[in-house]
Amino acid sequence: MSLTYLEAIREAQYEALRQNPDVFLYGQDIGAFGGAFKATKGLAREFPGRVFDSPISEDAMVGLAVGAAIEGARPILEMQFADFSSVGFNQIVNQAGTQYWRTDVPCPITIRLPSGGTPGSGPFHSQSMESIYAHYPGLVIVTPATVEDAYWMLLDSVELNDPVMFCEHKFLYYHLKADSLGERSLPIGKARIARPGRHATVVTYSAMLHEALKSAEELQLDGYQIEVVDLRSVKPMDTDTILASVARTGRLLAVGESFPWGGVTAEIVARVSTEAFHLLDAPPMRLNSKDTPIPYHPNLWKSHRPTVTTISDAVRRLLRY
Amino acid sequence: MQLSRQVEEKLGSLYRSGGRIVGGVYLGKGQEAFSAALGVQLVEGKDVYGPLIRDQAGRIAFGEPLLDCFRTYLGTATGPMRGRDGNIHRGRPKEGMLAMISHLGALVSVVTGVLFARRLRGSLGDTVGATSIGDGGTSTGAFHEGMNLAAVEKLPLIVSVANNQFAYSTPNSRQFACEDLLSRAEGYGVQGWSVTGTDLASCLKGFRAAVAAARSGGGPQMVVGRMLRLGGHGEHDDASYVPEEARFSHLGQDCLMVAEKTLAARGLASAEVVRGWEQEGRKLIDAAIAQAGREPLPDPYRERWDALSTSHLVEGRSE
Ligand SMILES: Cc1ncc(C[n+]2csc(CCOP(=O)(O)OP(=O)(O)O)c2C)c(N)n1
Ligand SMILES: [Mg+2]
Repeated sequence: MSLTYLEAIREAQYEALRQNPDVFLYGQDIGAFGGAFKATKGLAREFPGRVFDSPISEDAMVGLAVGAAIEGARPILEMQFADFSSVGFNQIVNQAGTQYWRTDVPCPITIRLPSGGTPGSGPFHSQSMESIYAHYPGLVIVTPATVEDAYWMLLDSVELNDPVMFCEHKFLYYHLKADSLGERSLPIGKARIARPGRHATVVTYSAMLHEALKSAEELQLDGYQIEVVDLRSVKPMDTDTILASVARTGRLLAVGESFPWGGVTAEIVARVSTEAFHLLDAPPMRLNSKDTPIPYHPNLWKSHRPTVTTISDAVRRLLRY
Repeated sequence: MQLSRQVEEKLGSLYRSGGRIVGGVYLGKGQEAFSAALGVQLVEGKDVYGPLIRDQAGRIAFGEPLLDCFRTYLGTATGPMRGRDGNIHRGRPKEGMLAMISHLGALVSVVTGVLFARRLRGSLGDTVGATSIGDGGTSTGAFHEGMNLAAVEKLPLIVSVANNQFAYSTPNSRQFACEDLLSRAEGYGVQGWSVTGTDLASCLKGFRAAVAAARSGGGPQMVVGRMLRLGGHGEHDDASYVPEEARFSHLGQDCLMVAEKTLAARGLASAEVVRGWEQEGRKLIDAAIAQAGREPLPDPYRERWDALSTSHLVEGRSE
């Protein structure tokens, strides 16, 4: 059996619906049609009355999910694209994110965000929103990079009694495959050493993990062993695993696909600089997309986001210091 | 509504005397009839209610204890919000009273969501959900999205629209271009009701019918009442922008005096009886304030600075 990242997301939703009658799915075109990406294919038929087509109302969709969660349900919302969650931003950060702290009533909702760039998608179907949401208290931000994590972390997210922004990367949907879903291994909040090394650490997550791994392969040809850390969830951020890696290598590059001003990579650099300055042999570096909207044409798009080449260049600079 | 007016007068004087109330005070003077008329139709422990800024009367009618109000205004650690939020931003969601966030329009879909989950779990029965909005709040995208979604889902939601002619200082003419907000109901495909916002009898009749329609499967209901805010937007505001004509028009009538006259005229309660209610109210208020005033304020050293209920996922906490 071979399963794609997208199929794993569908399977996890199947499993969540099967395990718990309080789980329901709400989103645009996700019913009989099965969703814009087919992440809910067949689920409306298999779970009658539990998978709902919603109007194009991201604000009200999130509001409805919060209300349902107060009443004991465990909604999974699908945003058609992460980009459109900006319309539900207020309900996400101010309603869902403050609910537990203000009222002591937990808010178990999972919001699936089809995230990140794919060639030809342009400024409004390519965004990575993890940095924005991580900035707000009260939200858990999950960024799976593997088929196994897509499956298990989605199930974990639904079981969590807090709002989870589940950032699934569209670039991984179809061509990332695994032979099996494996076993539930690391919990949300724990990072993973995706590749051990000793000359430099690259901390990354989501689709950028695969660019970083390819870069590490490339650099190995030059004799460098690069350690690659997959954050898995950007909030909470597993600072201990990052620091332990930097303690081994003395050099840090943080890579993320979201815009460069602030955000996850800046947070990584800030934490390492503050807590492990003495472990560093070179100034920590970060690499993000360019500070423009995300371009449409693949020629431009490929240069807008970090790639194997730009990651390798950055690591070489880091190693030369 | 009588008790609500007294509570709010007390809040106003506490605010002006300074010190004990932290932050602003937002009152519903002039809107008590409209607010209470909805609150009394709802059944505490069964229905869900998401009151807004000017709903002290509705809260009392629904069954919110006065202590919740004073504890939240004083910010005590004992209140439902424990000093984490204040004034009108209070509630007990598990007991059917939602705690509004400031962002106007945002509650419409949340109340709808509670009803949605009940239907999903088979516990909806003949329960209803209700929330309020002002003329200004109807201009938000959230209000529109929420109304439309409730209509699509055909859930038993009652939305009361208090058109008090102003949103802070902004008059209706700069807020919307339709003749009457009631016409929005038709656009959403929900049933609309119009009541005289300053007349308790009219409000009661309208809300009774609207709530009954929702209970019996009639889908969302929108009730519009017109009146004037008999005070500032908050106690910091003198409302000097409200023109004289409006103040002296029928919209500027005090719903409390109108109700008192009706009670007397119909032989339901004389002026003495009403004065008796006032006295009882004063006792209740004094007792609640005295109690809240003795209670501990929040302590930053004891506060659990956790925004997540899953404590092992809270960053910086090692347990
Ligand atoms: C989305 C949003 N924008 C702005 C505000 C600030 N604000 C609070 S109350 C208010 C006026 C509300 O007017 P209306 O809805 O007519 O209610 P009223 O105060 O008249 O009862 C404004 C602008 C807010 N709370 N929410
Ligand atoms: Mg108004």
